This record gives sequence, C-alpha cells and structure tokens, in this order.
Amino acid sequence: MQAEVVFQARGLTKIYQVGETAVHALRGVDLDLFKGELVVLLGASGSGKSTLLNILGGLDKPTNGHVIYGGHDLVKATERELTEYRRYHVGFVFQFYNLIPSLTARENVAVVTEIARNPMSPEKALALVHLADRMDHFPAQLSGGEQQRVAIARAIAKRPAVLLCDEPTGALDSITGIVVLEALANVNQELGTTTAVITHNAAIGGMADRVIHFSDGHIAGIDRNVEKISPQGLSW
Amino acid sequence: MTALTRKLFRDLWHMRSQALAIMIVIASGVATFVMSVSTLDSLQRTRAQVYAEFRFADIFAPLKRAPERITKRLAAIPGVREVESRIVAEVRMEVAGFPDPVIGRLVSIPDYHEPKMNALYLRSGRMPLLNQTGQQEVVLSEPFAKAHQLLPGDAITAIINGHRQMLRISGIALSPEYIYSLGPGAMFPDNARFGILWMNRKALASAYDMDGAFNDAVLKLMGNVKPADIIESVDRILARYGGMGSFERRHQQSHHFLSQEFIGLETMATIFPVVFLGVAAFLLNVVVTRVISTEREQIAVLKAFGYSNATIGWHYLQLVLIITALGVIAGIFSGRWLGQGLGNIYMDFFHFPYLDYRLENNTIALAFFIGFSAAIAGTLHAVMRAAKLPPAEAMRPEPPARYRESVFERSGIRRFLSQPSRMILRHISRKPLKTLLTIIGIAMAGAIMMISNFQDDAIDHMLHVHYKLTHQEDLTVTFNDPASRRALYEIASLPGVTYAEPFRQAPVRIRYRHREQRTVVQAFDDSMSLRRVLDRNLEPFALPPEGIVLNDYLAELLGVNVGDHVVVEVLTGRRPKFEIEVVATVGEMLGIPVYMHIDALNRRLDEGNAIDGTFLAVDRPFMNAVHRELQDMPKVAGITIREAAIQSAYDTMGDTILIFTFINTILATGIAFGVIYNSMRIAFSERSRELASLRVLGFSRAEVAYILLGELAVLTLIAIPIGFVIGKEICAMIAVHMNSELYRVPLIIEMSSYAFSAAVVLASAILSGLIIWRRLEKLDLVAVLKTRE
Repeated sequence: MQAEVVFQARGLTKIYQVGETAVHALRGVDLDLFKGELVVLLGASGSGKSTLLNILGGLDKPTNGHVIYGGHDLVKATERELTEYRRYHVGFVFQFYNLIPSLTARENVAVVTEIARNPMSPEKALALVHLADRMDHFPAQLSGGEQQRVAIARAIAKRPAVLLCDEPTGALDSITGIVVLEALANVNQELGTTTAVITHNAAIGGMADRVIHFSDGHIAGIDRNVEKISPQGLSW
Repeated sequence: MTALTRKLFRDLWHMRSQALAIMIVIASGVATFVMSVSTLDSLQRTRAQVYAEFRFADIFAPLKRAPERITKRLAAIPGVREVESRIVAEVRMEVAGFPDPVIGRLVSIPDYHEPKMNALYLRSGRMPLLNQTGQQEVVLSEPFAKAHQLLPGDAITAIINGHRQMLRISGIALSPEYIYSLGPGAMFPDNARFGILWMNRKALASAYDMDGAFNDAVLKLMGNVKPADIIESVDRILARYGGMGSFERRHQQSHHFLSQEFIGLETMATIFPVVFLGVAAFLLNVVVTRVISTEREQIAVLKAFGYSNATIGWHYLQLVLIITALGVIAGIFSGRWLGQGLGNIYMDFFHFPYLDYRLENNTIALAFFIGFSAAIAGTLHAVMRAAKLPPAEAMRPEPPARYRESVFERSGIRRFLSQPSRMILRHISRKPLKTLLTIIGIAMAGAIMMISNFQDDAIDHMLHVHYKLTHQEDLTVTFNDPASRRALYEIASLPGVTYAEPFRQAPVRIRYRHREQRTVVQAFDDSMSLRRVLDRNLEPFALPPEGIVLNDYLAELLGVNVGDHVVVEVLTGRRPKFEIEVVATVGEMLGIPVYMHIDALNRRLDEGNAIDGTFLAVDRPFMNAVHRELQDMPKVAGITIREAAIQSAYDTMGDTILIFTFINTILATGIAFGVIYNSMRIAFSERSRELASLRVLGFSRAEVAYILLGELAVLTLIAIPIGFVIGKEICAMIAVHMNSELYRVPLIIEMSSYAFSAAVVLASAILSGLIIWRRLEKLDLVAVLKTRE
C-alpha cells in the first residue's frame, strides 16, 4: 500500500554566507514524506537536517529546489502564504522548548489555538501529553521534560497535518526524553499526524517508520523499520 | 483576553521599573508642553477677553494740550468708531512709611459715565464721587495698593502741580491699559514705586488748568481699518497741539511688553518639550530594541506558529503605546496642575482682573499626538525589524559577538591593562554605534540640565552688565521740563552728592526706509563715568561728537548698517525731524536704546544747552536726606534708585522665567536619571550571563562590577563633555529665539552650570550604579548559566 505523499522535496540546496565563507547546508536533497508516518532524520550536527526541517516548516527558503505541499510549491509561496501555511498546517517542537516565559502552560497552548481553525482545546492538548494537572504553571515552574511536553501540546493543539520536531530530547536526560518521545508517538498514533523528528541520537531511530540518514548536506541513506519499537523500549 | 494580550501585560509588569522610567520621561516632556501651552493659551485668551470686556482702545494719542472740540475732528476721521479725551499727568507721591520716591500716573475718568474705552475693573470700593469741595477721591491700581497695603478709605499724598494734596482712595481697580505697568524710564515693573490713580476728569482738569482741554486721546476703530492710516490723520490733526505721535495698540506699553513676554514663553513652550520628548523617543528606542532582542526567539516561535508580521509588530507597538499613553496621561494631569500654578504666578505680574485658565481639548489632543509621534518615531524601526525578523534566523541564537583589540590596546598600552580593563575597552569598541547611542543618551541628559541653568546665568549676566557696568549711578533724577545746567549744579551741591552727570533724552520715532520704531534717544556728555555706553567687549564706548549710535538689535530691526542715514522724528518739544548718520552700533542687552552726544542732540532740539535730568553718585549715609531734598524740588519729576531697579528686575525675571526654569529643572533631573538608569539597566541584563560566568570562574562581585560599571563610568565620563557641547548648542538656540525688544539673552554659561550638569549626571550614574550593584548581589549564577543565550 502506498500512502498519500504529504511533502515532496526535489533538488533542495541551501547555501549560507557566513562571513567570507559559503556554507553548503544542503547539497541536493530529494525526499518524500507520507501521510501518518513517523520519520526520524538522523545525522551529526551540521549535517543539514535542521535546515531541511526549517524549509519544510516554511521558516526558511532553499537556495534552489522545490517543496510541494498539498499541490503548492512552498518555495514560491509569498510571506503571507507561508504565514498561513504555518498557522494552519504545521506544528513545531524545538530543542529548547521556546515557551513564552510570561504565559502559563495553558496560555502557551492558547497562543496557538486562538489563531488556528478547528483546534482542540488547550486543556485537551495538555491532557494528551499528560499535563492536565500542571496547566496553570509558568514555564519557570516546570521541569525540562514538562516544558517540552507543553511545547508538544502547543504544536499539536491545532491538529496540524505535519509535526516537525527539532532535537526534541536534545536538552533532556534519557528518562525524561523517553516520556517526551512517548508523547510524540501517542500523538502520531492517535491523530495520525505526519511527524518528522530530527536527532543525532541513533537510538531514537528505533521508534520511526523510516530513518533518514543525513550527512554533509545530503541524504546518505534511508532505512525502513520493519518493526517499530515503542519509546519505552529505547535506551541511550 | 487573548494569550498574546496576556503576554503583553505580563511583559509590561516584568519590565515595570524600566517602563516607569520611560513613563516619567514622557510625562515630563508632555507636562512641560501642556504646562507652557495651556499657560500661554490661557494668558492670551484672558488678554483677548479682558480687552474686549473692558474695551481696550486701538489707538493712543498723547499730546501737550488741545481744546475739547478737537475730539470731534478726531471722531470724524473715516474708520474711527469712538474717541475719548483724557487728562494724564505724572506726579510725585508720598506714601506713609515708605521713604523712597514714588511716582503716580493720574488718569482722568469721565465724570458722569463709564469710560468708553479702557474701562476699570473695580476690585473693591467704588468709583470716585464728584465732589467740588472736600477731599478728592481716586481709584488706585491694585498692584500699587497691594504693595503698600492700601485699602479703600485710606489716604495718600500727591504733589499735583506743585501742591501737596491729600487723596482719598475710593476703590481699587485694574485696567486693560496697565496689565503690565512700567514707570517712566523703568525696564521692569516696580509696583511699590509706580502706581496708577484714576480721578474724575473735572477734578484733574481744575488741578492742571485743563478745563475744556485734554492732553491724551484714545480711539476705537471700526473693524477692518488699518491703524497706520488713522495714525497719520490723528498726527496731522494733533500736530499743532503738541501731539507726541499717536501709536497703535501694538506699541502701547502694556500690550507691547505683554506680547514680548509671550514670545519668551512661546519659545520655552516649544524648545523644552522638543528636547524632552526627543530624549524620551531616544530612550524608548533603546529599551524597545533591547526588549525585542531578548525576545528574538519568542518572536520566532510566534512566527513558526503562524502569527503574521503585522500581528507581531502590533504586539510590540502596543507595548510602546501603553507605556506612552500612561506617560502622556500622567503628563497631561501634571502639566495641567503646573500650568494652573504657573498661571497664578504670572498673575502676580500681569495684572489681569482674572485668569481664565483652561486646558483646551486640542492641547490634550496635541499632547497625545506629540507623545505618540515621539514614541512611534523612536521605536518604529525596532518594531519593524522585529516583525520582519526571518523566523529561521531568529531561531538561531544571535551570532557570537566579534571582538577585536581596541584602538587603545593597539596603541601599545595593552600591557598596562588588566584582563577586565581590556574587556571594558573591547566591549565599548565592539559596537561603536550602540556605544555612541548610549553616550548621546547620557549627554542629552546632561544637556537638559544645562538649559535650565543657562537662563539663570544669562539673566545674571544681563542684569550685571546693565545695572553694574552700564549704570553706576546711585540715583537718576528726571526733570519735569528741560532745565538749564544750573539745575545740575544745584543738585550736585546737595550734601552727600559726590558726583553728578547730566543727560538729555527724548522720545523719538526712528525711521529707515519703510521701517520705523519708537524708542528714546539718550544723550550724555563726555564724562560718562556714571552712565556708560558699552561696546561689544563691555568696554566703555565714547560717544562720537556727531551722529547717532544704535543698539545692534534695533539696527537689525530697522535693517540699518553703520554709515546709513536714518530719519529721527522727535516726539516732544518743537518736534524737530532730522536725518542723521548711524556712526556705530553697540551690543546692549536690555531695551533698544539709541545714543547721541548731548551737544549733538541739543543742536538738533534747538533748546539751547538744556538737560532732562542727572545721574548722581551719593554717599550711602546721605541717601535718605538726598531723597527728601530732591522730593521737595518742584522741577524734579522722578527719582529712580538703582538698587530698587535691580530688585524689581530680579523679581520680574524671577517670577517668570526662573520659575519656569525651576520647574523644568526638576523635570529634567527626572529625565536625566531615567536615561542613565535605563542605559545601565540594559547593559546589566545584556551581560548578566557573561558576568555570572565570571563569577563562576571565581571573580568577586567587585571585580565583576568593575567590568560592568567601569564601562558605564567610561561612557558617562565621555558623555559629560559631549553633553556640554550639545547643551551649549541648545542654549544658543534658546537665546536666539528669546530675543525681543525687551532683552537679548546672551549666551553665557557659567562654570557652575557646567558643574551642575556634570554633578546631576554623575549622581544619577552613581545611584544607578548602586541599584545595579544590589542586583549583582542577587545574580543567580546557576539560573543564568542554565538559560540559553
């Protein structure tokens, strides 16, 4: 069975100018992401995976190439269209959570639900990540793992078509990290959200449908897991 | 309330101390604006109302003596609506318990009806009763009555036409003609030594032998009539009756001085708010840029979740607008309060029957507009940059700062510098623009402090030059009519008089091409040791035997250069009119005097070797005795005491300009502190992580403080002299704008003003430094290191 393609990236290159040297972050990437799958993008830091994720999420534009989402080329989209795309279709989870410190957990989720179409309630989103009892806490009152789960709740509350996670466990210890990954796996299963997780931690690859290996700005290989391991089974 | 709105309020609360500092700055700027504009508006409106209500005349025509029927001819001039004739006379007066010479101006009021023009506002008592036999009654001007605590029913003595006469006060009143009242020859009001007395026409006429005649006329014009045309006709009619040149309202003394005072107030109403709000805009820019840079990632996250540029821009703009709105509202309320206070102070000095203080809605609207404009101008760039920040870029931490060796180090002094000192220098030179902005901010704070003191210095200098260098006499005696030199010798021989110097003076109209100005020619002989004319270097200037010497401001008003010929029309005596060469200009700061050598003027006046008065040097112990002797001389019209003139000058200036300045100094101190505290506070939060790292590495609090506060100390020390330069420029601008016929403000800034400016800046810096020092103590090392840069 071939699932529906959500993203179709073709010939993506990205060159940054840092000082006087040009950095080739992406050197020709072709990739398809399918509906409902959980993909892990694996690679060393500087391999270009974050750049790819930013481009897929409409946060950045490639130097060359195309990204087709829902029949539209994101590369050609205007600023306004990209804003709409991010508002209605994509959820982000970042390594450092990036919660707004002046808002409580519930309000951090509400920031997104207030502008989304047909979102779930902040309370429900937080319940999905098992934080129903911590809703009125400010970020400073939450542990790292809790903060990251708030971030996940915030990302999924709009029922995005795609969830993009950049090193979601990068700042967490392994036990907390696993709790966060469980939350991601749950969401993926229950909502059927296409999920892309960036990591340099090979062990996390076990929970994915596919593992895409990144190296030096291009895809070095793609593994398909015959059997997914549940996050509790992971260790590092 | 949306989550974003909540974030807004919590952010505001979080930065409340900074927000408060900005609010104070904005409020100070708006308060100065509201205070000055509302006071000026209220004074102008009150003046217009009082003029209308009390029928202030349009044309004033003093003359020697004309039969009453001439008024009919004046009334027949096309464009004249009404004419009223009067008798006006200046008399010496005696007030019990007040030894100094006092001059009164008697002004007649119609016997059987209200004056058609220049009506009186009776504050207490009643109008004088017509009474043929007994004591004459007068209405006294309120400021004079107040100065001597005189009430209706009290009596005063006037020497009317050589006879000592007791006058009974029937009432106390104010007149639109004497809102600002100056005695003859005075530069500043002196209510104790000059007063107005209104008396029935009949009584005054019989005292001065003026039955069926008048020596002063006032005219009211129909609308749309040019006063200049009427003046010509009036002068033609009155010429053979000793007309002294009629003049329009614009040149009427009280109105003229009032207008000149308003010009000064207007200048202050413009310059102070511009400077204050400019500083506020600058401060907002610094703070908002800082807030936005710390919220870089939050902005990125909001964008990642689909918030538009406009929404994010609006979010930060709201932050600015709320702070500004609160500042503006606080400014309006305090400005209104200060305005009312200032208005009342002006009332001590501009004698309006009432002050209609009102804060106009359009002033409020303008305050909001100006406040918001300044705030938006100061922050728009930062807000737009925040809105446009590409999300992926914002997501990444700010690129690490690039440091280089500073210029100082490269110059070879490196080996003398400790590691922390190098950090200070490198940090300062790393972001030259930011460093520059901080320096300018602190410098502006210092500059504001200078403006306030500058006016103090300028006034001191002005009065010092006028009353200490120019006028060295103790007394000035003016005669009723031109007298011979014998009068001079007679006075010079009074016991106690050590020296006497003659002068001649004549009111004139001076004309060059199409411009003309009324002033007084003053003429001295060669001695000039008591009354001097000074050149621009304040050195005594000898009057040339021929030609006329103009004050340079008057020369500018007339557009005259040295070598040009002006037409001088004398307004008294035989009223000669002559052309004369301008031989020099002098730079006097008070009034617009014109000088000639006494012999040259006398030749022109054709009245022989006459004098109008004398300057005297008097031995102090003999002062009162000399007064008494002089008072008893019939030919003496008035005596001016230099000490008293100085006092009234200071009182006047003190009441108006200096009070205004004092209020502004207080507001400016607030601004100075606000700017400096914010600069320090921002530097602290930007570098708290770096400072905490150093603490972790084993630096003591003092060592860490040295790095932060040392940098700020360096910037403050650089800023202080720059503040001097900026301050001087602003003062120069004020000086130019305040110039009027009353005075030219010299650009004099005393060392003490520089010192004061530096002291306030340093004190603000030290206080801010102490607050930062306390915060350094609370620096949470672990927390700071945990958060990502």
